[in-house]
Amino acid sequence: MDLVANNLSYKPDDQYHLNEVSFNFKEGNLYTILGRTLSGKTTLLKTIAGLLTPDSGEIEFDGKNFLKVPVWERNVAMVYQQFINYPHLNVFENIAFPLKQRKIDQSIIKEKVMDALKSVGLLGYENRKIQELSGGQQQRVSLARSLVKNAKILLLDEPLVNLDYKLREQLREEFKNLFSKGLADETILIYSTTDPRETMELNGEVIVLDEGKILQVGPAKEIFENPNSLKVAEISNDPPMNIIEAKISDNQIRFEGIDVEAPQHLSKLTEDGLKIGLRSSDIELNENGHEFEVELAEISGSETLLHLKRGDTKIIVSIEEVLNFKIHDKVKINFKIDRAYAFHADGKLASSPFGGLNG
Amino acid sequence: MNKLYIFLKYFFIVVWTVFVVAPFLWALTTSFKDFQSVNGGVTYIPWVDFEPNLEGWKVLIKSPAKGGVDIIEPYFNSLFVTCTASLISIILGTLSAYALSRYTFKAGFVKNNDITFFFISQRIMPPIVLSIPFFLFLSSINLLDSLTGLIVVYIVLLMPIAVWIMVDFFNKVPREIDETALIDGCNPYQAFLKVVLPNSIPGLIVAGMFCIIFGWIDFFFAFILTFTEVQLLPVKIVALNSSVTPWWSLSASALVSVAPLIIVAFIVERYLSKGNLSGAIK
Repeated sequence: MDLVANNLSYKPDDQYHLNEVSFNFKEGNLYTILGRTLSGKTTLLKTIAGLLTPDSGEIEFDGKNFLKVPVWERNVAMVYQQFINYPHLNVFENIAFPLKQRKIDQSIIKEKVMDALKSVGLLGYENRKIQELSGGQQQRVSLARSLVKNAKILLLDEPLVNLDYKLREQLREEFKNLFSKGLADETILIYSTTDPRETMELNGEVIVLDEGKILQVGPAKEIFENPNSLKVAEISNDPPMNIIEAKISDNQIRFEGIDVEAPQHLSKLTEDGLKIGLRSSDIELNENGHEFEVELAEISGSETLLHLKRGDTKIIVSIEEVLNFKIHDKVKINFKIDRAYAFHADGKLASSPFGGLNG
Repeated sequence: MNKLYIFLKYFFIVVWTVFVVAPFLWALTTSFKDFQSVNGGVTYIPWVDFEPNLEGWKVLIKSPAKGGVDIIEPYFNSLFVTCTASLISIILGTLSAYALSRYTFKAGFVKNNDITFFFISQRIMPPIVLSIPFFLFLSSINLLDSLTGLIVVYIVLLMPIAVWIMVDFFNKVPREIDETALIDGCNPYQAFLKVVLPNSIPGLIVAGMFCIIFGWIDFFFAFILTFTEVQLLPVKIVALNSSVTPWWSLSASALVSVAPLIIVAFIVERYLSKGNLSGAIK
């Protein structure tokens, strides 16, 4: 049963929330919608759920016009980024709610709710009030409520974003297990996130969305290796990919008085306005390297993010250890230039170390 | 330090209790006095300072023919009008408030906020301004001097309060809760009845309390819009006043007219102390 969308557009004000969005989602697959905040992820999910009606375009599910089916008959499930549950019901009643709505037999409801509680690790909590649970547990309840329905389409709207670091890691693991456990056999799973790392870990089909427009579609690996444009490279990397304006001539990449020998996949690009893209992890500290000035050093977890500057060029370097730097310190760095990307002046990918879009 | 704190706490509680309870005690003792005991200097304690009698209370139930003012019928009239008008106001007000909170209305320059303000603005005008159109309106549909007419007028007065309180309340209930209910298979009516309403009980109680209070204490419209057929309690109590102010029966009627409000206050307080007014919606 495929979920097919054709040219969905939604423009409630001056800006497009969805702009000519088309896709073809197949059952049994996980689709990750990657985009920054306000890129239209939630709008897209709400449109699929039926909570929003697009201005134009069509959605078909199982060959039928989905736009004519009201929300409550669509058999979708949705988990919000805020932990949305029914505050007047306890954990059991919350999870049983969609089943009761379908007038299913009481004993079957009980069995199914217990199964769902087990799969999200909340057995023993069934009589608790929702307000007595932690954020992570509340989110598990809403996940259980969406699992119990056996919905054909399961929408997860940044389900981990409001959780603290540790819980996020833990729940992400559990998601991966749940998704791979055959739950997905006849379900279309759609997961939206702003986090490139999450996207790569979930390892599904990725849809990169920006300003309501789909920029690129492909497996996570493909998006990572061959982002088709500057924007995708920025969105799908955290910290965003460094973009350096450079010129290539005589087999040398030149910028800010630095000459670096061009790797083979870049050497033939001699056009004007070329931009070189390099991940923050593909730059390393090196005694014999090029001198840059420290603008800012942030320690995040076990890594250090160095914001560096030389002339007009600003770059971010991530180092896999905790180091202390002062502002205006001089550091020397080396570029792993064979892992560099090149983009045309219009932002399209010119060359990638992984062989480009068709490679 | 700690002992001083406890002492001060109880001291203020005692002072405040005396402050609150004393008027009621005074009214209660006064209701059992006669002319002599009220006007013959300060008297407090029954049987010691004065001889209690039931004359003040008897006046309230004696028929006018026997020199009394029969407040029993007006009392039940007041209860009936207040409760009916409050109930209808809450039902209509809650439905309107939900619509105003969740759906977008637009007619020219009139939008949701303007409609909400329209409701509230009904309470801005002084009652005297409203009395003329109300009078003409009720007389044109032959409902002057009737319970139904009073209920209609009270709904106009009470519904804005319900709308005002409930719009604010619904705005604080996340829309995502309604949306989740829709996704879980509720149609919009079921989403409202099964999910939104049960989570709005605190708001309903507050709105209901205000409606009952404002309905019960109204004197002005009850006075203007009724004559002989139907009378409400506040109007009837005023009829007690004659050349000699009967403090004893005034005190008795004050106590019976405040009683329903005290009962309402106790119920709400019970509910409050259970902690049910907070934490329902995060």
